[in-house]
Amino acid sequence: MNVHEYQAKAILRKFGVPVPDGHVCYNGASAREWAKRLGEGPWVVKAQIHAGGRGKGGGVKLARSSSEVQMIARDMLGMTLRTHQTGPEGKVVHRVLVENGCNIANELYMSLLVDRGTSRVTIMASTEGGMDIEEVAAKTPEKIFTEAVYPLVGLTPFQCRKIAFSLGLKGKLTNKAVKVLSNLYNTFVACDCSLLEINPLVVTAEGDLLALDAKFGFDDNALFRHLQIGDMRDFDEEDPNEVEASQHDLSYISLNGNIGCLVNGAGLAMATMDIIKHYGGDPANFLDVGGGATIERVTEAFKIILSDKNVKGILVNIFGGIMKCDVIATGVIEAARQVGIQVPLVVRLEGTNVELGKRLLAESGLNIVAADGMADGAQKIVAAVAAAA
Amino acid sequence: MSIMINKDTRVITQGITGATGLFHAQGAREYGTQMVGGVTPGKGGTVVDGFPVFDTVADALQATGATASVIYVPPPFAADSIMEAVDAGVELVCCITEGIPVLDMVKVKQYLVGKKTRLIGPNCPGVITPGQCKIGIMPGYIHKPGKVGVVSRSGTLTYEAVWQLTSIGLGQSTCVGIGGDPVNGTSHIDCLRLFEEDPDTEAVIMIGEIGGSAEEEAARFVKEHMTKPVAAYIAGVTAPPGKRMGHAGAIISGGKGTATEKVAVLKECGISVADTPAEMAQALLKVYKPC
Repeated sequence: MNVHEYQAKAILRKFGVPVPDGHVCYNGASAREWAKRLGEGPWVVKAQIHAGGRGKGGGVKLARSSSEVQMIARDMLGMTLRTHQTGPEGKVVHRVLVENGCNIANELYMSLLVDRGTSRVTIMASTEGGMDIEEVAAKTPEKIFTEAVYPLVGLTPFQCRKIAFSLGLKGKLTNKAVKVLSNLYNTFVACDCSLLEINPLVVTAEGDLLALDAKFGFDDNALFRHLQIGDMRDFDEEDPNEVEASQHDLSYISLNGNIGCLVNGAGLAMATMDIIKHYGGDPANFLDVGGGATIERVTEAFKIILSDKNVKGILVNIFGGIMKCDVIATGVIEAARQVGIQVPLVVRLEGTNVELGKRLLAESGLNIVAADGMADGAQKIVAAVAAAA
Repeated sequence: MSIMINKDTRVITQGITGATGLFHAQGAREYGTQMVGGVTPGKGGTVVDGFPVFDTVADALQATGATASVIYVPPPFAADSIMEAVDAGVELVCCITEGIPVLDMVKVKQYLVGKKTRLIGPNCPGVITPGQCKIGIMPGYIHKPGKVGVVSRSGTLTYEAVWQLTSIGLGQSTCVGIGGDPVNGTSHIDCLRLFEEDPDTEAVIMIGEIGGSAEEEAARFVKEHMTKPVAAYIAGVTAPPGKRMGHAGAIISGGKGTATEKVAVLKECGISVADTPAEMAQALLKVYKPC
């Protein structure tokens, strides 16, 4: 799960990480009022969408007067912002963050993540703040410093100093960096983050450190113990089908193709997409119904797949372990009764209770093409969709 | 022979009184596994469908002589269950539970250091030595005793590979699902090393997916340390970057961990890579001639 920048900064503020004073606004007039309350200006108005690269797309603007804040906020709200992360369709701006500007002397990069190689929380720091870190990693990897945290001890002050010195910080700034880093680590652990990125972390002309931007990724598996963070979820920022799917414990990701996939298991779901593509088709989605799916969940999965108007055919690929084939078969039949399936449907079943599942489908009277194996299933659905077109 | 488990392995189930735990304990028992009891705190002293229930893992080990445990405890409590099993000295722990917070696993991983316990998973189907011992949720009937080792991050893709092997008459020595989480107990390399040392394993199928770099590291291990033929399949060629494909571990971030990148490294290291998931057994036959 992700949150907006203003929400991220509120969390950081709570954990003692310095951020600029600011407030989220939903219309131009309140933006103007908040600007006046925040200070003397200048101010920065920032579009709040879940995507990076906002500056280049016109989503971050400097204002020298409160009336300019109002004008910029009014223009920004409702606009469709396109950045390299939003895709060509862009994202509509529903909220803006108005905050105090600052005098930047130097920009740094700081992030925390769980490194799979070491199985530890790892700090990544760079002198190249404000840049795309992937680009820095590719072009000047020597400018990235990492430090793995021993989980039973936590991030130690000497490790923080090591990072501070490698970033070229001196004197009082070193101690400030130790405090900021410790607090970032505390935030990461306390909130069960999967990613916490501060880019840039700026050194101000006054000699302070300030998190100018903040990006959080939260571990979805840990949200059960962070209700307040769960409440920050902004459904407007997510694909409506993905939201619907998540409410039924389905793992769904919409793609651009026209063949809907209903699969159990993430690996098999990915593999099913791959084999459809291999035979010249184009998958419309990734959908993992999971191991313990019920008839209701399978029915919901079908409804979600069918609500995508691009879908011209569906491939069901099930290898039942926990998942029993008769449950899938009953779900398919139930969905067909409830919503009506007007597109070609190919079903490949294998695993627990496979014979019962196949018999249920055969006796249902539905127009279902049975497939024998993955390759057969993929070829049949690709052919059926091509024939219908 | 086989790796990790065989017909003499005695297994307890943590979370035995839950619907999932009991269902799969029964399934494993029907398969012939020595399922000797289970643990549910607070229900010690009772018996569920013939399985004696204990309050703690230590009690269960003492009473049953089990050396392996399988965990079906819900995600918020699963990390604690793993550590309890480690503390009690269980040799092999299979954690089936899906959805454990990653920072819990970071602690567990550290807790395992210096202990004799091997952890399989979490978020995995378990381990099976066909015809001898099944620990986990895989359908037993698709397997057949034989000489091919299978290791995979994905459960259902493991079944797919196994079924392809069985369908052409090739049995399996042991099949290990190591799980789809970013932090897990046993790696591809750990399993490859065991397969290489196991006299009854002649060849290996390794199944990976996008995200991380474990498959690349495993490929280098194959090149440097393995004499037995290895075939592989990597899922997620069509996965878009930045999207988590079901498994927390399966995400392409910052252009790293793509399937294309992985396939290239695997091929460089002499591994026979299947073009589609339907051709895993065929890919193995290109490098392995069973006698």
